[in-house]
Amino acid sequence: MSEDLQPMPAERKLLTPGVFVLFALMAVGLCFAAYRFMFGLSAVTNLDQHHPWGLWIAVDVASGVALAAGGFTTAALAHIFHREHYHVITRPALLTAMLGYTFVGIGLMADLGRYYNIWHPAWPTMWQGNSVLFEVGMCVMCYLTVLYIEFLPIVCERFIGNERFPRLDRVCALVHRIVEKTMFLFIIAGVVLSCLHQSSLGNLMVIAPTKVHPLWFTPILSLLFLLSAIAVGYPMVIFESLYASWSLKLKPEMHVLSALAKYIPVILGIYLAFKVGDLLIRGSYVHLTEGSAQSTMFIIEMLFGVVIPVVMLLSARVRNSPRGLFIAALLVVLGVVLNRVNVFLVSYTPPYTTTSYFPAIGEFAVTIGLVAALIFLYRVIVTYFPVISHPVRTRTA
Amino acid sequence: MKTTRREFLHKVGLASVSGAALGASARPARASEVVRASPDALGVLVDIPNCIGCRKCEYACKEAAGFEVQPIETFDDKSVFEAPRRPQPHAYTVINRYANPEDEAKPIYVKNNCMHCVHPACVSACLVGALRKQPNGAVIYDAWKCMGCRYCMVSCPFEIPTYEYDNALTPQVRKCTLCFERISQEGGLPACVKICPQECLTFGRRSELLELAHEKIAAHPEQYLDHVYGEHEAGGTSWLYVAGQPFEQLGLLKLGPQAPPALTEAIQHGVFKYWMPPVAWYGLLGAIMLLSQRGTAGQVSAVAGEAAGLPVDTGGTARQHARSVAGGDGHQDQAGRSSVESESQRVVEETTE
Repeated sequence: MSEDLQPMPAERKLLTPGVFVLFALMAVGLCFAAYRFMFGLSAVTNLDQHHPWGLWIAVDVASGVALAAGGFTTAALAHIFHREHYHVITRPALLTAMLGYTFVGIGLMADLGRYYNIWHPAWPTMWQGNSVLFEVGMCVMCYLTVLYIEFLPIVCERFIGNERFPRLDRVCALVHRIVEKTMFLFIIAGVVLSCLHQSSLGNLMVIAPTKVHPLWFTPILSLLFLLSAIAVGYPMVIFESLYASWSLKLKPEMHVLSALAKYIPVILGIYLAFKVGDLLIRGSYVHLTEGSAQSTMFIIEMLFGVVIPVVMLLSARVRNSPRGLFIAALLVVLGVVLNRVNVFLVSYTPPYTTTSYFPAIGEFAVTIGLVAALIFLYRVIVTYFPVISHPVRTRTA
Repeated sequence: MKTTRREFLHKVGLASVSGAALGASARPARASEVVRASPDALGVLVDIPNCIGCRKCEYACKEAAGFEVQPIETFDDKSVFEAPRRPQPHAYTVINRYANPEDEAKPIYVKNNCMHCVHPACVSACLVGALRKQPNGAVIYDAWKCMGCRYCMVSCPFEIPTYEYDNALTPQVRKCTLCFERISQEGGLPACVKICPQECLTFGRRSELLELAHEKIAAHPEQYLDHVYGEHEAGGTSWLYVAGQPFEQLGLLKLGPQAPPALTEAIQHGVFKYWMPPVAWYGLLGAIMLLSQRGTAGQVSAVAGEAAGLPVDTGGTARQHARSVAGGDGHQDQAGRSSVESESQRVVEETTE
């Protein structure tokens, strides 16, 4: 007899007090969203003719995509580089990515003026290959499909061996077999698609050189976005794994997470080197001391989101302590969210603009409601589907 | 574990190589992204010193666009000039007033509207082709295609496209169309050009307007600065301006000669050149997958086989089976640290040396 880790439904009580808090947040968000769809964007948002993009694009879409990077980074580590002991975290990371991208789509629907045309980029007569946003849109659509396919085996496993519906059992077993045999194609495609759109998301703002503050505007913004997305992948997996362990009262998977954390200072360090090199080469470091909202936000982003977590995670004591690891991972996650908010909102200073943009209460409510819905769905899925690995006693032959 | 170190270096190397490729492919391509104005492209030359700020063009524009419009007398109201204005969803063109440093009694009036760029950022930005540059120079909008993402507004260096935020169901991006319908007909003029009582606006081929502008400057050097705004700004525009004061003092932005989309299109087309970079990246990852599987084949053949698509006799339960194989030798001791943990740490220590 030995103790193994195997993914299986968590089978915890679903309706805890925390879940009711999520319901309340979702209800508030839904009210504001309904109001937006009835009376238009101006009824709920602070967007104006000079600030066409707001909180929903910066957080729901740009940050949502970045934080879902745990999916492709862990898939690359476990399946492409064959670091097998990281298998236990691939399913939770896959679930985060799948839900994350799904909610990117839902969040985008609220922001699009003609949301019912969201399918237009997929229609060949409307393809526009010069558009960076077209590339992002197509890659996100393809990647979301890939994520759903990658998730299929988890759904199938839930129903394999179902005695009440033998036909369902047979269909699931067949689908499971087909998907597992072709899985390698989807795993590589997922990594390629992720690299493409994570970087293009940064290229979006390169078209507006006169509007983006020089601390962030750089022709290599796409490379910085790709590096920061890769850098936030493992911290996001660690953050949610520890959070789920505490919430579901499971033993934290520290033996995997501590090892995974060793990669973070390396990747984050490379990102930091590119950031610093970019500031030096373009000479934009002179703006660091201008004392504006932009320079302050830039310093906060780099200090708390990059430098401090790198220093923290270089220490083995931090990596081996659930609390220390959680704080360091959370700093990286918040740092990347702040970077996206900075690039899309704080740095966006169009020359004719005299006013500044701050999100309205309704924009916050919808974003918070979406996050609450995502957390709730995550909880539902790990409760009923084999996502999180649990120790099981198995007989080893 | 030498293979793991090699794998890791491989990964880091790949990241930097792909990064370098991104930068490298962007550079040579940049020159080829320069878009020149078509010889048939039309445009308007604005002779700023001639403008008297009568705002008749604002009236004619609203009327031509089919917007609700006040009687023409109301446009004599000069109080609107107190604060600078920008185009609005139902006001495609606005006149702003600037103080004349040479003669206080003669303020300077500047007309603002879509510049109809030679290589428009909005057209490059629009992911569904709702904004299109027409052969005659006009940049026009097709509401039916539009998703309402407002990336055109983000991209426009002149901050021209506006949005109907208060329309819940069918909001549109709104901007000057260069009266596309009218100018498509023989002898047709944009409404603003037609009504202008001062002959401040000249409509014609962009190439001829440029010649005319330079002739004006040469004939009256005391009246004009030697700068045609729009000849080179943001890659060139269909609307051209001549003035006696520096354009920055007249609310016209100082912009470089490069069209904003030149760089983004060069990067994007570099990344997708003949589809080679994504396909190569796919192939490379596939190769790594195969090679690293061979490296660890002894330990975890089932997972490797599964992931690489090789037939695995355990079928549907391969993944679970493999996982128990992978973690099989790790039993938990009392401190909660398994032997898998110490093994994995040792591996990572080696790779990050």
